Amino acid sequence: MLEVDIAGRSGTFPVEAHFHAPEGVTSLFGQSGSGKSTITNMIAGLLRPDEGRISVDGEVLFDSRAGIDVPVRRRRIGHVFQDARLFPHLTVKSNLTFARWAGGRQDSRSLAEVVELLGIDHLLDRKPGTLSGGERQRVAIGRALLSAPRLLLMDEPLASLDQGRKSDILPYLDRLRSEAGIPIIYVSHSMEEVARLSQTLVIVSDGKTIAHGPVADILARVDLGRATGRHEASALLEGRISQVDRAWGLSTVDLGEGQTMQVPGLETATGEAIRLRIRARDVAIALDRPTGISIRNALAGTVKAITDEKGPYTEILCKVGHQNLRARLTRASAAELGLHPGKSVFLLIKSVAIDRRQSTPLPGAGSNEDAVSPQTLV
Amino acid sequence: MAFMQLQPEEWQALTLTLKVAATALAVSLPLAVAVAYVLARFRFPGHGVVNAIIHMPLVLPPVVTGYLLLLAFGRAGPIGGFLSEVFGFTFAFNWTGAALAAAVMAFPLIVRPIRLGFEAVDPKLEEAASSLGARRVVVFLIVSLPLALPGILGGAILGFAKAMGEFGATITFVSNIPGETRTLSLALYTATQTPSGDLAAFRLTLISATVAFAALIASEIWARRLRQRIGEAHA
Repeated sequence: MLEVDIAGRSGTFPVEAHFHAPEGVTSLFGQSGSGKSTITNMIAGLLRPDEGRISVDGEVLFDSRAGIDVPVRRRRIGHVFQDARLFPHLTVKSNLTFARWAGGRQDSRSLAEVVELLGIDHLLDRKPGTLSGGERQRVAIGRALLSAPRLLLMDEPLASLDQGRKSDILPYLDRLRSEAGIPIIYVSHSMEEVARLSQTLVIVSDGKTIAHGPVADILARVDLGRATGRHEASALLEGRISQVDRAWGLSTVDLGEGQTMQVPGLETATGEAIRLRIRARDVAIALDRPTGISIRNALAGTVKAITDEKGPYTEILCKVGHQNLRARLTRASAAELGLHPGKSVFLLIKSVAIDRRQSTPLPGAGSNEDAVSPQTLV
Repeated sequence: MAFMQLQPEEWQALTLTLKVAATALAVSLPLAVAVAYVLARFRFPGHGVVNAIIHMPLVLPPVVTGYLLLLAFGRAGPIGGFLSEVFGFTFAFNWTGAALAAAVMAFPLIVRPIRLGFEAVDPKLEEAASSLGARRVVVFLIVSLPLALPGILGGAILGFAKAMGEFGATITFVSNIPGETRTLSLALYTATQTPSGDLAAFRLTLISATVAFAALIASEIWARRLRQRIGEAHA
């Protein structure tokens, strides 16, 4: 468990961070320049906060009142940098084992184990200069993992990669999440990555952490509008695959309480836990269950809240069973339908709006209540 | 080609010069690396003053530097007197004095490329090494130093060349004693002052040029290997 309660500045830009990160992946999400990296560097010990306290598993790393400021090299935080920062004059293998031979750290993980986890066994004798961006990031992750860390700090590890490379590396992050066994702080400005990987979400805006909590709860908060990104505003639905229809290439997801959804893709096995990220702009609302329509998913729900906005759009937060869904409508539609909190509605979601870009099945247990890490379709 | 045959005293000048230059480099290089690293990585009050003092020999007339060395390290000087009394060691009119003069004159030329070399090493790599548990001195030895090697090599070559050819400070500080302080440059100067010394001057010129050329070629080859080792450029 990481606990952060600090205030400081980077140059003249003030930052303030108050959050705690339990087991699993905690994402620091915010737009570029919102102060995520500054907060990250303060946790790592590369920047000194003006005041406050940082602790990991009860051990204090920084405390301005007690005059404690543990130096970087003794914090035992595995820092994965956006630009990888591999040592160019050393081989991949020497980079991976750097903490062991140069830092005096003894990790319980073996080199072979980490190399296998990240799929980098064929790179061991190469120099970093000859690796692709994605390979470099995987080596950087391995190097951090092998430094006996009690916390993994990943600062936008995918930001410098193109979409294809990102898709290559995301499955490794899924595996990492379930196999690292330590809290992971994942810094990103990509809602796609954050929704897929994290259990806990911390929103950073203008240098401040403005919200933190379980990822589904935070994404369901319509008041965070700008900070979570309007265009990408979305909610998470969790469920289990109840049926796989090979003829039509569709999987049925049981959302609980008798509701199901059909999504494209067969890469998942029946019974597997899955997480769906549904963008607000992909959800429509009807008052009656529509017929004669191509849309396959009509979930029964109730309106929970409607945002009061000036522009052409409005956002409707709905409850579907015990889960939340967001719908972005024109203000005109919302008025014509006479939507108000408590009203029963049907939420329409085109199956094709759910991208098939997705991960390999996840082994083992995550830290979700389900005891199985949900896999994410985004 | 009998006229190309080196005379014994010319051989002596050559070996003496190599000895003086090598000694000067061996002494000043580690110090230059330390000073260059500090100047490249730390900002402290007096940074500019330290930098200026190091560069003084470059802008002072060499004779002035030689004279200052004589004042400080001569037998009557404060440092020279102390060394001579306590250790029985003396720089004056001795080849070690020539090496000292060469080292002082070469120092700024050695420091500069090394400092550039350290400045070219991304401090973020040093941060990464720290985050992996490495102590500061280990970070320096394993990360900063190897990555700055091209700059260090450049400084060493420049310094060696300067030490080989040092004239003004040497002749002022330790005079022109055959077999003791008469390096190639001083021997060449002596030859030009001697009637019928033309042939000797020609031979000495040729030796100097050959040594310099060989050093340049060797450094070029070494630099290429280094760049490859550092990782086929930072692709």
